[in-house]
Amino acid sequence: MTYVAVSGGKEAIEASIKLLDFYKGGTEKDVEIEAIENKLSLLVDRVMGEAGLYSKTYAALAIKQCEGSMEEAVFLLRAYRSTLTRNYYTNVVNTSEMRIVRRISAAFKDIIGGQILGASYDYTHRLINFDLDKEKAAELRREVLDMLGAQEPEEISLCPRVSDELRKEGLIEQYAQDDKPPHDVTMSMLEFPADRSARLQTLARADTGFISGLAYSALRGFGQEHPTVGELRCGYVELCVPYPLDEQEEIYIGEVLLTEVECFNKADDKEQLKLAVGYGAVFGRNETKAISMAVIDRELDHGGPYPTQNEEFVLMHGDSLEMNGFISHLKLPHYVTFQSKLDAVRKTRA
Amino acid sequence: MMNRNYNFAFLDEGSKREIRRAALKAVAIPGYQVSFGSRELPIGRGWGTGGIQLTLSLIGPEDVLKVIDQGSDESVNAVNIKKFIGLCTDVETTTKTSEATVIQTRHRIPEVPLTNRQILIFQVPIPEPLRIVEAREEVTKKMHAEKDYAPIWLQLYESLVKYNKVTIASEYPCMVSGRYMMNPSPIPKFDNPKLHRAECLYLFGAGREKKIYAIPPYTEVISLAFDDIPFEKENFKGKKCRLCGSENTYLDEMFDQHGDRFYQCSDTSYCQEVRDYVSG
Amino acid sequence: MYLDEAPVLSVKNLVVRYGAGCGLCRDRTSQSMEKNRCMACGAVWAVNDISLDVYPGEVLGIVGESGSGKTTLMRALYFDFIPTSGSAVLRDYKNGEKSIWEASSAEQRMLKNSVMGMVYQNPVMGLRMDYSAASNIAEKIIAAGSRNAAKMTERAAELLAAVEIMTSRMSEAPRNFSGGMQQRVQISKALANNPALLLLDEVTTGLDLSVQAKVLDLIRKIKAKYGISILLVSHDLAVIRMLADRTIVMLDGKIVESGLTDQILEDPQDVYTQQLVHSLI
Repeated sequence: MTYVAVSGGKEAIEASIKLLDFYKGGTEKDVEIEAIENKLSLLVDRVMGEAGLYSKTYAALAIKQCEGSMEEAVFLLRAYRSTLTRNYYTNVVNTSEMRIVRRISAAFKDIIGGQILGASYDYTHRLINFDLDKEKAAELRREVLDMLGAQEPEEISLCPRVSDELRKEGLIEQYAQDDKPPHDVTMSMLEFPADRSARLQTLARADTGFISGLAYSALRGFGQEHPTVGELRCGYVELCVPYPLDEQEEIYIGEVLLTEVECFNKADDKEQLKLAVGYGAVFGRNETKAISMAVIDRELDHGGPYPTQNEEFVLMHGDSLEMNGFISHLKLPHYVTFQSKLDAVRKTRA
Repeated sequence: MMNRNYNFAFLDEGSKREIRRAALKAVAIPGYQVSFGSRELPIGRGWGTGGIQLTLSLIGPEDVLKVIDQGSDESVNAVNIKKFIGLCTDVETTTKTSEATVIQTRHRIPEVPLTNRQILIFQVPIPEPLRIVEAREEVTKKMHAEKDYAPIWLQLYESLVKYNKVTIASEYPCMVSGRYMMNPSPIPKFDNPKLHRAECLYLFGAGREKKIYAIPPYTEVISLAFDDIPFEKENFKGKKCRLCGSENTYLDEMFDQHGDRFYQCSDTSYCQEVRDYVSG
Repeated sequence: MYLDEAPVLSVKNLVVRYGAGCGLCRDRTSQSMEKNRCMACGAVWAVNDISLDVYPGEVLGIVGESGSGKTTLMRALYFDFIPTSGSAVLRDYKNGEKSIWEASSAEQRMLKNSVMGMVYQNPVMGLRMDYSAASNIAEKIIAAGSRNAAKMTERAAELLAAVEIMTSRMSEAPRNFSGGMQQRVQISKALANNPALLLLDEVTTGLDLSVQAKVLDLIRKIKAKYGISILLVSHDLAVIRMLADRTIVMLDGKIVESGLTDQILEDPQDVYTQQLVHSLI
């Protein structure tokens, strides 16, 4: 009769899971993990970012396991993450040393190191390609690889940050160098006012839709003025851990793909103006999120009456797991509390 | 059967130890919300992950576990949690309240009084009793520090002015040991008196909100009430369980196919025990 | 009025400054100030070295134009912020031995609830608009420690009657009240715990003339009935004339003249006071 049921919960769950398997199966065609990892790589990036776990293969597995649901995939990775023991902490990564695959500035036409358009959907026409289902993946892949193989490789040079120049001029607000260990939001509860490290971690793991919407509200008038993207860079950074026998030495353990953004806003500097920087960095290629994060970082620094400027509002409500978990718990039975509510209502009417 | 790919009780030992430490601190400061690094679980945040983390960190191979939701052992959520804990521990489970050493619950306290060899673990959605009057954690923390609970009393008074009754239904706030105001989780007011000077240990876990708190055995727990207006529980006067006939339990209101209303014990295992006893 | 008794409130050398200030504006003899702003460094001296006493049972009026610092002074006294420097002692707090601005936040709350009462120009600042009028008063009584609902209701009825609000409207929220009624609820709330000192900040500004007269009359009655000390701030000398025993005239954050109200009205010494008095006639 009802889903709490007086009994039979166990059978109901088992049947529900079977039905889910039926929906998930859907067809005789299979999706291979390698294909998800590569052909749905932006989805994979987003899942890794919101889960706070960088593993393309596990992210692809998670996506496959839950019919491509963002929230469920993030959930699977996060839950898996809880079972892992932490053996090492990587050394601090300097993103100036990023191996760049894309880099643009909306502030200056010419920047040291140059703008690199890289791969972007920004200048594509969003027309559905009806021939896509006739595409021969293997052939196409070979063609592209042949083409790349014929090209002369270029030397990769390190690019200084756009903000470095402005900083030299003294136009940019400086954050004091802070070498204390960052607050780890996965190991301890957020405290308010929050450390900037806690803020940035929380934003980096936040739901993309949530922080994009918030950043949008700030741009539309529920926040400060329109910021300028000083620099958006996307590329690979190397991760190293200290060598256990000699702290001066480090061991290379791999690389991760990041998108990093610095936004500039005008800010008050006593009787003059200066530029304030908002910072965003996320796993993989997720530019809207990185920009949104930078916008919100700056709004939070600025403070004020709008939701985006309210630390508790922003940091407490953007975690995919927390928001989706709590909203979905509304589906759980509330018979006892509702009975109590009914009793309170009835008493006032007696 | 236990899944050997995961550690006993799912979490790594370091995490379990950390959660136990938070629980110990909570026992040392009754009613105070201890923050902890809540871990993600394979069960949804908001679906009892605070309670489950406490259960996982405390449970040992010798324990006997009971899980209830809305008083029922058979509800889908209770079954689901039991199944998960079973997958990673293999501990014995029971529906009989008196047989269990660890009981995890959502929204109820069993009708049978618990003993000093039992722990009742509550799943808590919103641990902060002051949240209904103040949204900001930074402020509520300070209010607790200064024991500034006037806004809650005002809320009670306002409901008296408006409706001539205190209208807070479940999650009825109480004072623990005369110091901290505590949210007893969304149990009905009917269960609040069971918190007072109980023989067992009560632990409360809020996973999403990352808080643990406790009521140690024999602690004074007083539901808020004005001096001249006594605390009032839900009223089931003149009603009884249609299955076991109990008149002193919390009853679920139900309707049959013809739309006729009837009542049934919310605590299903108690109801069964009464029926078993009566039928000899 | 008891000028020979110990003052209820004594403020010494109060400074409220926005901006760090510089050598020029800190040196009070220099000429760097344009009104209350230092032309050299841009610092604003909203209140610049003010001292005053309020004696038992008196109404002390503070008059001045907007920007003179009078509301800033009031809000510092009611802990809306902590001032740059200076002290204020209350007879009823630590025997007047500790400045209220050194009080802990719990003590501040106690002082705001039980020793002082504040009535803001804007009722939104002083009232919970969506709670009933009765609860607005009960809020203070609860904060002072009472847990007896019937007694709270009794006290609320008594105070609302004193400000001429019908008991039948006790359970209504001030949001539905007229501006004059809201002000009267604020006054009754401020009186809830029999405070020694009532702070009134432009309480009649923005009200219709007839309503103004009613509220002023009410304040006079309350003073007579409760013998409470009142610090009254207004830009309107007519309001001051009606209620204040003694008056302080403020301009650009400083006191330019003070004395018995009648004396100031009859024989103003300072040029600015003279202008004020003449504009009144």
